[in-house]
Amino acid sequence: MSGIMTLIVLVLAVLTALQLIRIFELSSKARQTAEYEVTDRDNNNQGWLMLLFGFGLIASFFWMLNAWLPVTLPKPASAHGTDYDNLMTISMLVIIAMFVLVQPILFYFAWKYRGAKDRKATYYEHNNRLEFIWTIVPAVVLAVLIIYGMTTWSNVMNPKNEQEPLVIEVYAQQFKWTARYAGQDNQLGYANVRLIKDANVIGVDTLDTKGGDDKITTEIHLPVGRPVLFKFRSQDVIHSAYFPHFRAQMNCVPGMTTQFQFTPTVTTAEMRQDAEVQAKVARINKIRTEKGLEAYAYDYVLLCNKICGSAHYNMQMNIVVESEAEYAKWLTEQKTVAETL
Amino acid sequence: MADHAHDHAHDHAHDDHHDHEHHVDNFWTKYVFSIDHKMIAKQFLVTGMFMGIIGVFMSMLFRLQLAWPGESFPILETFLGKWAPDGVMDPNMYLALVTIHGTIMVFFVLTAGLSGTFSNLLIPLQIGARDMASGFLNMISYWFFAASSVVMVVSLFVETGPASGGWTVYPPLSALPQAMPGSGAGMTLWLVSMTLFIAGSLIGSLNYIVTVINLRTKGMSMTRLPLTIWAFLVTAILGVLSFPVLLSAALLLVFDRSMGTSFYLSDIMVAGEMLTNQGGSPILFEHLFWFLGHPEVYIILLPALGITSEVIATNSRKPIFGYRAMIGSILAIAFLSFIVWGHHMFITGMNPFLGSVFTFTTLLIAIPSAVKAFNYITTLWKGNIRFTPAMLFSIGLVSTFVAGGLTGIILGDSALDINVHDTYFVVAHFHIVMGLSAIFGMFAGVYHWFPKMYGRMMNKSMGYLHFWLTFVSAYGVFFPMHFTGLAGLPRRYYSNAEFPIFDELQDINVIITMFAIGGGIAQLIFIFNFFYSMWRGPKAPQNPWNSNTLEWTAPVEHIHGNWPGAIPEVHRWAYDYSKPGYDEDFVPQTTPLKDGEHAH
Ligand code: HEM
Ligand SMILES: [Cu+2]
Ligand SMILES: [Cu+2]
Repeated sequence: MSGIMTLIVLVLAVLTALQLIRIFELSSKARQTAEYEVTDRDNNNQGWLMLLFGFGLIASFFWMLNAWLPVTLPKPASAHGTDYDNLMTISMLVIIAMFVLVQPILFYFAWKYRGAKDRKATYYEHNNRLEFIWTIVPAVVLAVLIIYGMTTWSNVMNPKNEQEPLVIEVYAQQFKWTARYAGQDNQLGYANVRLIKDANVIGVDTLDTKGGDDKITTEIHLPVGRPVLFKFRSQDVIHSAYFPHFRAQMNCVPGMTTQFQFTPTVTTAEMRQDAEVQAKVARINKIRTEKGLEAYAYDYVLLCNKICGSAHYNMQMNIVVESEAEYAKWLTEQKTVAETL
Repeated sequence: MADHAHDHAHDHAHDDHHDHEHHVDNFWTKYVFSIDHKMIAKQFLVTGMFMGIIGVFMSMLFRLQLAWPGESFPILETFLGKWAPDGVMDPNMYLALVTIHGTIMVFFVLTAGLSGTFSNLLIPLQIGARDMASGFLNMISYWFFAASSVVMVVSLFVETGPASGGWTVYPPLSALPQAMPGSGAGMTLWLVSMTLFIAGSLIGSLNYIVTVINLRTKGMSMTRLPLTIWAFLVTAILGVLSFPVLLSAALLLVFDRSMGTSFYLSDIMVAGEMLTNQGGSPILFEHLFWFLGHPEVYIILLPALGITSEVIATNSRKPIFGYRAMIGSILAIAFLSFIVWGHHMFITGMNPFLGSVFTFTTLLIAIPSAVKAFNYITTLWKGNIRFTPAMLFSIGLVSTFVAGGLTGIILGDSALDINVHDTYFVVAHFHIVMGLSAIFGMFAGVYHWFPKMYGRMMNKSMGYLHFWLTFVSAYGVFFPMHFTGLAGLPRRYYSNAEFPIFDELQDINVIITMFAIGGGIAQLIFIFNFFYSMWRGPKAPQNPWNSNTLEWTAPVEHIHGNWPGAIPEVHRWAYDYSKPGYDEDFVPQTTPLKDGEHAH
């Protein structure tokens, strides 16, 4: 039945198209030109459409900024996140300025110089000075952005440690995360997927004395203000540990260890008090109530951001940033490897 | 000295011509195993369009899932069968569709379909050659492409589903059938298909390079070449230098998959099974892949830019502004494209210092790109613009090239990439700068050279309609994705319903899908116009756009050897439009310079 319907719709569409073509051809015959020839009227119409589109593009761009900027990530919850956001804002302003400058010029020219039979174009084939200018100006702007970007990058990737960072391993597998805290000695015991056996689910080496006090957990808790050095491992395929709220991300690659360090600066509780976040949560909860879903309170979350298989879209772990005391309390409740194995 | 070389090429081409005259065609040699570049170009185009329909259709299917995750659409079950029980798409099928969509669009439509079509059609015609250096190799190159397309389409029907590890097929995911169903037979066929594809592409590219270098007609020096030819030449060189690297990456992957080697595998336990592989590195694959992968972006883009240069100059009735700067920027982009691949790998754990190096080289590319954009815009300035459908698409290209290029400045910066890597921001960026620009270039090329290919004209009004619907929906689909990306939404997610933080994005996803479906349907106008005009369109005049280039001096009817008499001789560059001292607003390349006339 639906097959026949589709067929009928298709046939009708083709017939309509044929009629349209006939009309186009007949009307140009009436004007004694071939249909394919571009008339002054065409140029005029298309030129105006170009101008209209240029306006529309810029207008809808600002409409989107206004409507959708609030859905983007709220303020960063890490120390370097602030630098990241500053760099992002400045780079964005530069490219937005270019966008709202160049696009209108393009569409304006298209409209302004729409052709007519009685006009002739200006023969103008090059101008070294102009070309020099628009090579140098972007070069200078880019040089600034490159230097700014590289400085930020090297500060993020090579953090100076006044305080010894807390070491946490994040272990990825299809399709879940596991965390391992380094314990009293703040040193992770050796681990390898080859050592996985029964309850030893992430392959900790039980003979390594550094590993006995490690704690394996299903949630990440972080004390606010302490640098945390994350070490990443993967059991099977490449995953990517993505902490959008902290502006942090690193791939988890089987056969090697990668790392990323950041300092959380805003506790989960504080973040929930932030005005912007509260507005966001209110909007989200409105949507959720309509759908009959449970209400949501703001949480930091770890996502997988490298295609890793069927449930890639649902590989998450909760992250809680809290005071040093709350953190210490939570940690003592977790069992050590020595206790579990 | 140069003249001598040209004389030689001229004679040589002339000999060819005599061979061809004794050639008798039957159906098979004319339409199927043709060695005539014009026919091969049409074969590439039609095959590319066919693959394009599949690729775009797939994107409409998975967009349905993204806008209304988990809802039942009977159409999904019709097309996907057991992969969409009760009309709800299976997550594995979602990934498969995304993967094959990406592969088809990048390689089959915008590499073979675009460059294959227009390099073949235009290189001999615009440089004044009887045919490609080797017609036979040219035919082989098409048949490799055809075979690889068949294998890719067949892979859609295997029991365990087509390849689904993303178009980048990173191991170990793509290497281990235990990791996902698509990494089984589907992935094997993907590798077979791509091997054939690369073989075909290499043969084609070598042929293009040799033809441009050796077979230019008398007077056609390198600095008189139309920019299309420059673009095709440099594209072919990029292909020859980079595709072999992908081939080796793929071969090593084949070894890992079926012969127990460990190039990319080490310490892996998958689906409860401990593998014995030891010592390999998945990152090695990424390096090899992106050593092709980045130049590939320009293999897609440069031909589109070449076509645009030609179309914009012709229809502005003005010389292209800064011809030499345009050549210089093509060369600069091509060179730089080989030393930026690391920007795809900032967060793989590679040495942060390397990240800085790749940031530097990547942002350098923005300079020649900016030069190109400004030169296009200046070409319009004080022009006498004739809005053919091709011209509309070319202006559209400039717009998307600028819009997408600018976000490259964000992504190319390693520091900023940390938080937007692999999000929808990237999807927005590459679709706009590469996908849209190249597709627009391809449409421009088809509308502009349709008369050359089929001897008939396409319908202009339908072209207008097609352009505006496409242009509006293109921005409608991809612009909002910047915002979902900045909200942290990862790409290759089957659904964003599992994270409350993404609930707010659902409206945007619905808007995107609406535009995607509208834009997809608008392409039917083009397909209709194409086939209708092929058979019923009005007969084309010899030079419908009053163009300067050599292809329009060849007769409308296709003949072997392109020109019935001697090959025309070239006396000037391709861009003498509206030159003072001439009544007409164009001066074909075959017109000798007047006494005392400045070349340009
Ligand atoms: C109708 C137009 C199109 C729509 C609606 C569309 C939409 C999409 C979407 C939503 C994705 C998935 C993003 C993700 O989850 O990572 C995607 C992936 C992709 N698309 Fe398109 N696309 C279109 C046209 C194109 C074109 C013209 C190209 C040519 C370059 C292209 C190339 C790709 C590539 C390379 C991928 C990545 C595949 C992967 O992640 O493995 N698409 N497309
Ligand atoms: Cu994943
Ligand atoms: Cu790249």
